[in-house]
Amino acid sequence: MKIVVCIKQVPDAKDVRLDPKTNTLAREGVASIMNPYDRHALEAGVCLKEQYGGTVTVLTMGPPQAEEVLRDAVACGADEAILVSDRAFAGADTWATTYTLAKAIEKLDGYDLVLCGKQAIDGDTAQVGPGLAQRLNIPYITYARKINECTREVIRLERMTDDGYDEVEMDLPALLTVVKEINEPRIPSLKGKMKAKKLQITTYTAADLKADPNCLGLKGSPTQVARVFSPEMRGDRSMITGTVAEQVEQLFEKLEDCLS
Amino acid sequence: MDYFLTEEQQMIVDVARQITDELIIPQRAELDEKEEFPHEILGAIAQADLFGLYVPEKYGGYGGGCFEIVLALEQFGRGCVGVATSYAASALGIYPVLLSGSEEMKDKYLPEIVSGTKRAAFALTEANAGSDASGIQTTAVLDGDEWVLNGTKQWITNGGEAQIYTVVAITDKSKGARGASMFVVEDTDPGFSYGPKEKKLGIRASATRELVFKDCRIPKDRLVGRKGMGFIMVMKTLDLSRPGIAALGVGLGQAALDEAVVYAKQRVQFGRPIISFQAVQHMLADMAIEVEASRALVYNAAKHIAAHPESMSKASSMCKVFATDMAMKVATDAVQVLAGYGYMREYPVEKMMRDAKILQIYEGTNQIQRNVIGQELNKEYTRNS
Repeated sequence: MKIVVCIKQVPDAKDVRLDPKTNTLAREGVASIMNPYDRHALEAGVCLKEQYGGTVTVLTMGPPQAEEVLRDAVACGADEAILVSDRAFAGADTWATTYTLAKAIEKLDGYDLVLCGKQAIDGDTAQVGPGLAQRLNIPYITYARKINECTREVIRLERMTDDGYDEVEMDLPALLTVVKEINEPRIPSLKGKMKAKKLQITTYTAADLKADPNCLGLKGSPTQVARVFSPEMRGDRSMITGTVAEQVEQLFEKLEDCLS
Repeated sequence: MDYFLTEEQQMIVDVARQITDELIIPQRAELDEKEEFPHEILGAIAQADLFGLYVPEKYGGYGGGCFEIVLALEQFGRGCVGVATSYAASALGIYPVLLSGSEEMKDKYLPEIVSGTKRAAFALTEANAGSDASGIQTTAVLDGDEWVLNGTKQWITNGGEAQIYTVVAITDKSKGARGASMFVVEDTDPGFSYGPKEKKLGIRASATRELVFKDCRIPKDRLVGRKGMGFIMVMKTLDLSRPGIAALGVGLGQAALDEAVVYAKQRVQFGRPIISFQAVQHMLADMAIEVEASRALVYNAAKHIAAHPESMSKASSMCKVFATDMAMKVATDAVQVLAGYGYMREYPVEKMMRDAKILQIYEGTNQIQRNVIGQELNKEYTRNS
């Protein structure tokens, strides 16, 4: 089975700050990580490979330094890595991103299953998975929380819903987006890290993809950001400090004050 | 301090550190409280390829040696010596096979150890044979194509949780030290059973049990190496494994120091963080000096052992004594720095203090190690005079 996992390099949520003047993400000096949901998608792909055989190819679109997440993915069990990188891709919204990713996936030597995280923690749109399936003209299921069975023809799985789950079945080739409940991502292995270090990463540029320049990057992105702002804080707030015991004591005092 | 590790050595540290930070530290208090064996964590360690660190590549391992396992054990020891002991005891258990086993034996057992599908345990200690290994009463008698084992081993780490046991038994009582031999016993062998799990002061995530052999019959080819070589194998095995115990001491000492410094910076008394008081600063400084000195000694002893397998004993014993005495002292001092909070189970340092004690006892007490060092000095100075 040929499995493709789409991953994204995102700023580590622990370090993210908004620049109060420009209202944009202050990315300088912020560590980059693999989008956590994509890590679950990768783990799902590697588990399927271990169970049914096949290969896992990871793919990311981003600047050259996004290579780091590809190496991380190989250390965690992926076989091959492709970096989709070109200045022409910069500024892409989800519409242009899905166009570019679809072109890259079509360039591969076939695929049975495409896996994505349900959303990225920076943009939070959850549009790329379904949009990519649409571009590839394959069926998709979002919010996969458990894969029960997978052959090259069909996949049976549980889709998480607000109040439970659906059991669904879909013909392959197809695309899945996964939630974090699907698995516990593994820690990179020593052999994986050694392989990742030596791995030659393939880069696809706009020319390699024979893409229409008008559909790429900022030019191909209809999304207009009208305004970015921090929501106003509601009510008063104060930080409680001290040891855990001291904090709990202060919290109780404050709650008592509110109630009295 | 920078120890100028190679890129691959640093990878071992990074993998072991991630397992420690993400799996061991969050679970250690619960495993300790419930005295629960860390199956899931050992599974993750196997998946990360760390069970094969010291196994040659031809059996699927990484092909490293004493230094590589020391790097991993230092990290695991920083998290929980109970979990780390369960990992280390498997290495100890398979070392006799690695050092002296036949090719068939290595082909059979080493890949299972590397993949983590099986764990090993080392069975030397008995009720009357601890520091004095010559008190062993377990016997092995050849009967046709089978060895028949009888006797009881005591306080065996990984007892009941391992599938492969290396067992020392007397094959010829009249020959004294030359009368002991090493055998591999598998968990499914007839006549082999376990006593109840022991209740311990520390390392409570590890499993310690009696092994009972009652007319336990094993195939003839389970003899490791040659008959009568049991004690020599025990000595070599322990010489090779002791730097690992020393590394647990370094890891535990580092963890205790980290906790003490973090606490001293935030704890305010008399209007100032207690780290600003010289009495506390000097304690922390001594702890830091001792941890670093231990690390330097352990790393170098491990490298010496890898390069000079013919002269392991002194380096092995020296680093074990120094780093584990350090761990006991530093853990005790960390409890002192955290004082009342340190004594409570809510903070991790009381567990470190409980766990540290075993490091001075198992794989040869620190008193026995000093004997070894003294005897080696005597030999060296006789040779040189």
